[in-house]
Amino acid sequence: MEYTEIMVRYGELSTKGKNIKDFINRLGSNTMRALHDFPEVHVYPKRDRMHVVLNGTDPEPIMKRLKLIFGIQTFSPVVQLRKEIDAVYAAAIEMMQEQVKPGMTFKVSTKRSDKEFSMDTNAINREVGSAVYEAFPDLTVDVKNPDIEILVDVRQNGIFISCETIKGAGGFPVGTAGKGMMMLSGGIDSPVAAYLGMKRGVDMEMIHFFSPPYTTEQALAKSKQLTEVLSQSVGAIKFIQIPFTEIQETIKEKVPEGYLMTVQRRLMLRLSVAMAEKRGGMAIFNGEALGQVASQTMESMMAINDVTTMPVIRPVVSMDKTEIIKVAEEIGTFDLSIMPFEDCCTIFAPPSPKTRPNLEKARQFEELIDVEGLMERALAATKIVTIKPGENYLNPDEDIFAELL
Amino acid sequence: MIYFDNSATTQADASVLETYTKVSQSIWGNPSSLHNFGEKADKLLSQSRQQIADILGVKKHEIFFTSGGTEGDNWVIKGTAIAKRDFGKHLITTQIEHPAVINTMQQLEQLGYEVTYLPVDKSGRVSADDVAAAIRPDTILVSVMAVNNEVGSIQPLDEIGAVLADYPKIHFHVDAVQAVGKGLWDLVLNPRVDFATFSGHKFHAPRGTGFIYMKAGKKIAPLMSGGGQESNLRSGTENVPAIAAMAKALRIVTTNEQSKNQQEQAVRKIIIEHIKDQPNITIFSGMDEHFAPHILTFAIAGVRGETIVHAFEEQDIYISTTSACSSKKEQVSGTLMAMHTPEKLATSAVRVSLDATNTIAEAQAFNRAFDSIYAGFGKIMTK
Repeated sequence: MEYTEIMVRYGELSTKGKNIKDFINRLGSNTMRALHDFPEVHVYPKRDRMHVVLNGTDPEPIMKRLKLIFGIQTFSPVVQLRKEIDAVYAAAIEMMQEQVKPGMTFKVSTKRSDKEFSMDTNAINREVGSAVYEAFPDLTVDVKNPDIEILVDVRQNGIFISCETIKGAGGFPVGTAGKGMMMLSGGIDSPVAAYLGMKRGVDMEMIHFFSPPYTTEQALAKSKQLTEVLSQSVGAIKFIQIPFTEIQETIKEKVPEGYLMTVQRRLMLRLSVAMAEKRGGMAIFNGEALGQVASQTMESMMAINDVTTMPVIRPVVSMDKTEIIKVAEEIGTFDLSIMPFEDCCTIFAPPSPKTRPNLEKARQFEELIDVEGLMERALAATKIVTIKPGENYLNPDEDIFAELL
Repeated sequence: MIYFDNSATTQADASVLETYTKVSQSIWGNPSSLHNFGEKADKLLSQSRQQIADILGVKKHEIFFTSGGTEGDNWVIKGTAIAKRDFGKHLITTQIEHPAVINTMQQLEQLGYEVTYLPVDKSGRVSADDVAAAIRPDTILVSVMAVNNEVGSIQPLDEIGAVLADYPKIHFHVDAVQAVGKGLWDLVLNPRVDFATFSGHKFHAPRGTGFIYMKAGKKIAPLMSGGGQESNLRSGTENVPAIAAMAKALRIVTTNEQSKNQQEQAVRKIIIEHIKDQPNITIFSGMDEHFAPHILTFAIAGVRGETIVHAFEEQDIYISTTSACSSKKEQVSGTLMAMHTPEKLATSAVRVSLDATNTIAEAQAFNRAFDSIYAGFGKIMTK
């Protein structure tokens, strides 16, 4: 069965009233960007559906990419037929061949925008249904909740048929909610939080703090690789690496042990906010989950959050660890996250950080260091790179090795 | 030289050796070292593992590197015996396994385990019904080879897999040492197979390297305890140059696998067609789909196998008695005995084992040598 196009159904954006046009255009351009290396494929975002016309391209890799793009509810590979009902019967039966298992139910749904076509919607439903039923007597019809829905779309330029509906990533097209800055540590939680934020349409930029020589090149590479995984949903993500060594050393030297973590976090948040203001970000995202570790009590959040009025959004705040891990596994970040490299949250971690830090004390201890000067130097040495799907940071020698192997 | 003893070992491929050398010279760090240089070796190790897993169609963490086929067989069998000893002490195998399996089983018998050695039919195949009949509540392992090394018979692993589908707790191990590059992947790694043993030097990789496939979720005890390499299941500093070389050799042997098998089959056919009608010849390897394309075992009645081997060697043609491992001992082929071959005839058996690099011209040269050798034995052959 040679598919001619993939028909994409919009999810929640169908309910978004007059913004709908922006959403569709954004999804269209996101999709084009995600498929940019398939020159034959054309994307037509229409008001009710988006058509990804294959022009002979293998549909499998295309569908693999579409599955990751936010804003797509479901999609179906479609065959374009000439406008003869016999062709519809034959194609429906051939398509069903690949899918039917004993005891399954099905229905036929027809849409007819070409009112000139000789049969009406009900007649097409009925006749295609009985042709399929004759070929597969084990099937039963269920119009409410079928296992397989055969979609017949009679348009001016042909009849389009599909019988497979594949679930997309859902959510909103990335970019429709504006820009956010994600504090990406490299652990399990922050990539999941980034994913969830991106799913709500946020154009996310990753901020990563690194502290050489206390943290290794590998830890940095790991965070970049996590960003690469996330970039598969959007085509490209900006990765902002902020050096944190001097700040950490200074805090370690000047601040009492119980407040090391709190003051460090305050500085991280200050730097993230500064970066957001510079780059047009409207909110800070992080991977905090309430109660997981010392920095993630409400007292601690208050003592850290004190440095800014910019919204700090915590997408996984109320999730259990097991729930977060489940998402991490689904989106392919878990195996990377558990690679055992020290990140800058774990170095200099005091044996017993204050789980209920006092806001006033946190402010006082912060005054012991030159916040402004430290921030200025860190921001001046910040590097920004664009990370794209398929890039390999953990194993930069992959191609050299491939030659050997 | 005409080398027709590829089931004993194969010549390491030149490009494979080049990989071995390059890695030895430039990526020789210890993969367990923390520094960059060690890390680089670790990444190469990881990429080698990934490549092997991709070729096999399995997951990366299901591949474990070993020193070869003997270690793989020992590990799976003893590792199962140790890990599952509380569940039972009965193991099932066949009478035609490689000594790496048979002798391991015998060692376990001395330790109080019970082993059922299943018979084979006269073409050298075990029956799935016999496997079914041998299963007991305390059975913990079924170990059956994919391709017999002495006559080339292919075992019905799919049918055995179907039998074992009803016994999900029994470990199903396949000794696949002779099956690599023979177009048998679907059979060797059928969905019920839990473990498979592979040996590098049988497919043009360096000696001393191999790997096992261990299905995710299955557990065996380690035999090598130590520094925790291979997920703490096979300690010992990884032989990265040889492993990278093996990954390359596997890629080469599985490229155009089908046409390579056709080449082996064609060479084999020329020899079979030539010798099969000679009055004193008995051929043990069939031409049908139940035999691997690269093994041809036959006997010249009345002439000892080793005499035949040396006669061919005189003409610079290298073949073997039925298996390299037993050929230096005064021992009759276990497989042929299990096939109920008369002992006298079994002592006359020799094995021609081919590789895709062998040519039609070599087969024709073999046939000419055969004619003179066969004529030379005229007086001593059993009429």
